[in-house]
Amino acid sequence: MDLLPQLLVNGIVQGTLLAIPAIGFTAIFAVLRFPNFAVASHATIGAFAGYAANVWLGLPAAPALVAAFLVAGLIGVLSDEVALRPLRPHGALTTAIASIALTIVLENVVRLIFGNDLRGYDLPIVRDWRWLGVRIGPQQVQNLAMALAIMAAVFATLRYTRIGKAMRAVADNPALAELKGIDPVTIGRITVFAGMGLVGAGGMLLGLGTSIDPLTGFRFILPIFAAAVVGGLGSIPGAALGAMVVGIGEELSLLVLSPAYKSAVGFVAIVLVLAFRPRGILGERAY
Amino acid sequence: MESYLLATLTFAGIYALLALGLNVIWGMAGMINLGMAGFFALGAYASALTTTALGLPIAAGVAAAMALAALCGGALSRLTLNLRGDYLAIVTLGFGELIRLIAANEIWLTNGSDGIPGIPGPMRADLTPLQFNALSCALVLTAVAVVWVVAERLRRSPYGRVLRALRDDDVAAAVAGKSVRRFKVQAFALGAGVLGLAGAAYAHFTSYIAPDIFRPLLTIYIFLALTAGGTGNNAGAVLGAALVIAILEGSRFVEPMIPHLNGAQGAALREILIGGTLILVMRLRPQGILAERPPEPERAAQP
Repeated sequence: MDLLPQLLVNGIVQGTLLAIPAIGFTAIFAVLRFPNFAVASHATIGAFAGYAANVWLGLPAAPALVAAFLVAGLIGVLSDEVALRPLRPHGALTTAIASIALTIVLENVVRLIFGNDLRGYDLPIVRDWRWLGVRIGPQQVQNLAMALAIMAAVFATLRYTRIGKAMRAVADNPALAELKGIDPVTIGRITVFAGMGLVGAGGMLLGLGTSIDPLTGFRFILPIFAAAVVGGLGSIPGAALGAMVVGIGEELSLLVLSPAYKSAVGFVAIVLVLAFRPRGILGERAY
Repeated sequence: MESYLLATLTFAGIYALLALGLNVIWGMAGMINLGMAGFFALGAYASALTTTALGLPIAAGVAAAMALAALCGGALSRLTLNLRGDYLAIVTLGFGELIRLIAANEIWLTNGSDGIPGIPGPMRADLTPLQFNALSCALVLTAVAVVWVVAERLRRSPYGRVLRALRDDDVAAAVAGKSVRRFKVQAFALGAGVLGLAGAAYAHFTSYIAPDIFRPLLTIYIFLALTAGGTGNNAGAVLGAALVIAILEGSRFVEPMIPHLNGAQGAALREILIGGTLILVMRLRPQGILAERPPEPERAAQP
């Protein structure tokens, strides 16, 4: 049996889903200049918010995804305001450490509410499609479509709206942006809301295929970071490209490695890219 | 009860070793290491395997633990020398996860997630559990004292001054003719060696290790210890470690008083408490309880 086309298809799907939280992470880095490790808990929060909307309220996947975005974004802004923003003047590393502490707090709040059990989304069970020997599930195709729609919305916002332009301006040169009357604090808040919202939506998209538990977000943290670093930390198109590299790389690694080491692919990708091209494939320009 | 107190004190000593090791890397030299749990695990597994699989004495296990952790620390920092701190944060976190992944999956070596049981402790067979805890406690506290003295001498030496210089401004240190690369690699290796020592102490004291013990949560515990105690201050590192253990153990006694709380929720609350405390300390007293006091420059002899 020919395994390669199947792995490539899986990799492309996985890479597209991974791009969503990676874009969120890298956007926050671009504007606020620190690696926000709280993405782990926000991916989990998004996955559980989507679960609550889907299973408790009976909503289909697409509106549940909107709930995941909104809840994760809102909690992202609130927790950032309380825990991280006051620490930012102390430097990127101090803030990064605090963001790990924050992720542990939030992850355990989820655990307190939902417990440690594995939970699955309530989705219609449909037969996989087969095409030239490649299997793909209709749900996977829907997830892919949703991820692509989100990405299109992100790029359109960055390119055409005032807020998007202001974000790019702050990412490019905060001092100059402030001189031009752009309030960096407001832009920071909007970025955290949108960024963590994307991370939450991504957490749900990645969780839709399997089941979720409070550690869901943490499991995806290495591939998310890897995607952002490979593409160029702070570069939004870079994150999308890096996610594709990592997603396909993880699947192709199955040809030579045991599936347990799939998440090590991210780490290896980070080390390789940093050794040979420290600013990533597309450099650090935000957009 | 005495046995419990001695065990708690031993754990506090192990945390103090971790905090002292981190203080060399992060407090003195300013390199972030979020993969601490990985070095702790390396030390624990190296010592456990040297003594169980190879049947060598515990001293050999401890030496192997420190050597392996220092070697990996040196290699990792050599590999990441040119990276900015934010990249180093990501790489070290990934390193910690990689070590845990290997520990969980290389079953031929580490027995996978079942862990390694029956790791020998010093004279465990000849002593009552109470005596064993007393001996372990004494040994670990001696190790803390030795590491403290060495780290304190290091801090006051010209070597420590160079580390602080490259923490505060590595370009200036380079301009002053210091080999930034060499000092960084050495400091990372040195600190990692201490983290490995702590891992060995943990393995021989508890007699059992498994990948789950080396979660990134441990890294947060130690960052809390060092930040609360005073980053850059060795006494602060030890004090902070004692404080973290006090919070962790103290909350065990408070937990049963909260109604309708199951075990998992209790553990979750404890972790929320630790994470929240760290954020609060960083916010309210970023320099820690004992702030760093760079040693007084020696006065030139009066003419």
